[in-house]
Amino acid sequence: MSIDTVIFFISAVVAVFGATMMITQRNPVASVLYFIVSLLAQAVCYVQLGALFVGAMLVIVYAGAIMVLFLFVIMLLNLRGTEDLGASTGRVSRFTKYLVSILLIAELVFVIKSVFIPATTTGIMSMPADEFGNVAPVSKLLFTRYLYPFELTGVLLLVAIVGAVVLAKIDRGDKKRVTDELEESAGQATDGTAG
Amino acid sequence: MVLFAFFFARLIRPANPYPAKSINYECAEETIGTSWIRFNNRFYIFALIFVIFDVEVVFLFPWAVAFNKLGLYALVEMVIFIMILFYGLYYAWKKGVLKWV
Amino acid sequence: MFEVILTSSIQVVVVIVVVLTGCAWATWLERKVLGHMQQRIGPSYTGPYGLLQPVADGLKLIFKEDIVPDSVERLTYTLGPMLSFVPALLTFAVIPYSRDFSLFGLEFKGVISDLNIGILWIFAVTSLGVYGLVLAGWSSGSKYSLLGGIRSSAQMISYEVSYGLSIVGVIVIAGTLSMTELVAKQASDSIWFFENWYLWRNPIGFLLYLTCAIAETNRTPFDLPEAESELVAGYHTEYSSMRFALFFIGEYANMLAVACVATTLFFGGWNGPAFLSFVPPVIWFLIKVFVFMFCYVWLRATFPRFRYDQLMRFGWLVLLPLAILNAMVTGLVVLWLG
Repeated sequence: MSIDTVIFFISAVVAVFGATMMITQRNPVASVLYFIVSLLAQAVCYVQLGALFVGAMLVIVYAGAIMVLFLFVIMLLNLRGTEDLGASTGRVSRFTKYLVSILLIAELVFVIKSVFIPATTTGIMSMPADEFGNVAPVSKLLFTRYLYPFELTGVLLLVAIVGAVVLAKIDRGDKKRVTDELEESAGQATDGTAG
Repeated sequence: MVLFAFFFARLIRPANPYPAKSINYECAEETIGTSWIRFNNRFYIFALIFVIFDVEVVFLFPWAVAFNKLGLYALVEMVIFIMILFYGLYYAWKKGVLKWV
Repeated sequence: MFEVILTSSIQVVVVIVVVLTGCAWATWLERKVLGHMQQRIGPSYTGPYGLLQPVADGLKLIFKEDIVPDSVERLTYTLGPMLSFVPALLTFAVIPYSRDFSLFGLEFKGVISDLNIGILWIFAVTSLGVYGLVLAGWSSGSKYSLLGGIRSSAQMISYEVSYGLSIVGVIVIAGTLSMTELVAKQASDSIWFFENWYLWRNPIGFLLYLTCAIAETNRTPFDLPEAESELVAGYHTEYSSMRFALFFIGEYANMLAVACVATTLFFGGWNGPAFLSFVPPVIWFLIKVFVFMFCYVWLRATFPRFRYDQLMRFGWLVLLPLAILNAMVTGLVVLWLG
């Protein structure tokens, strides 16, 4: 058993553990933290495959940016894990739950089967090509063959900004209040009047 | 060597909490205000725009590495990409969500 | 295999010890320099020139009571200081401090881990640094802490983008993300030993880096999170004893990390003058880092604090476009010069 295998097993277990804890936590902040743990472990897995760039990207974008956004939203809404999520007794919702669970189990069984029966592996466990997922090959592909999707990503991100701005505008209503920034944020703090 | 970095990260990690652990005094009490206040939702907009530009930066790193091989072509396509994003920033600014007053 | 593990472990331990000691004496440096700049003498009672002040401070913090208010969220409250401290340390894993050398019959590399995505590693680790502050601020259950935490995290994410972009210029010139290769490319044998430093080829990038780095480490003039006149002490208001010390060390470790990265990216890393080759490279490295740290303190003594709206406007509408422009223009020049 080489050191690579040991590291892989540790990170794989941590990743699954983090993901499991994430969905079972009541406290959303703890949920986010476990998700970050899971992401970091996944990044280690990527690095094990030689996909350094993908691993770094996962940490930077997911753990470093998107999770911060999630935390902000949780703090903005002041979720503390004590909210009543409502009783889920509807027949439709129960049916959907069972359906989704069965589908997920079926998918898992399918994946596990395809991994453990060597004849049907489609490159999941086979050794990656040299330099696969590293910076230079990624960029070469990204800026030549996948140029069009890359620019489309830009448009997608633009749409995201526009959407957020529109939502924020609706939320804020009349923005003509002329208050000093310090008063606005610090004032809210002391007298508790939410803007 | 790469794997070692993560290996050492693990080595470093357990080492650091020890000062906090080994000295466990009893806690004194100190009462303070309670409420978790609602803060400005502008912070949310900033976080979202941050995510978007963070993605851009992540794209820029491989672009910079491969720049010597790709040349002018890469420069032009990156300028287009950045212009698209900057239009978003400009839009957000014009709509006043980036202003603090 | 065994030898690699042995040398690497020794290096990790030595680097951690050096960084922590460096942090301790960085506090002394700051107080002493700040004192003299304000016509005071700074710490002077503990040891010669007050040099033992950090030891006294450390001992004091260790023996202080650890006060945890009732209103905190335990888990995140405990995690906060650690999360602000660990990323700072992780940065040092990819900083090359010397050329490869052998000592006591063992071959050492001049860096703990020669990642070929060193800069991405630094960027990733920096992006994780925000959690310490935001969790500490949120879990403390105090309004000052919450506002400080939110403010500092918003500030950090705002400047993080420009921080990443300011480095892109250097990468375009160098065409690599590896820290050791960056240092190697800045070497020069001539008497003008600094001729190949990226500082000269990308001066705007350096200024941008400097500005963003100060903002990232929450230092004056960007120390809004701990604007004591408004927020008491910001996100670490409710912390005491070793937890507070961890925040404090984390801040200084971050400063050191930023100084080391700047040295590597813009000041040629451990490269020294060729005619003084008998001096170990690590000495040059430390000298450059020291100069950078001195500038940090100097800036603190010079500039007043920004107002928060000024800070955000400056970050998004000045630094960000400027950083992108710098990256693009650098690309254009590189193309033009071949």
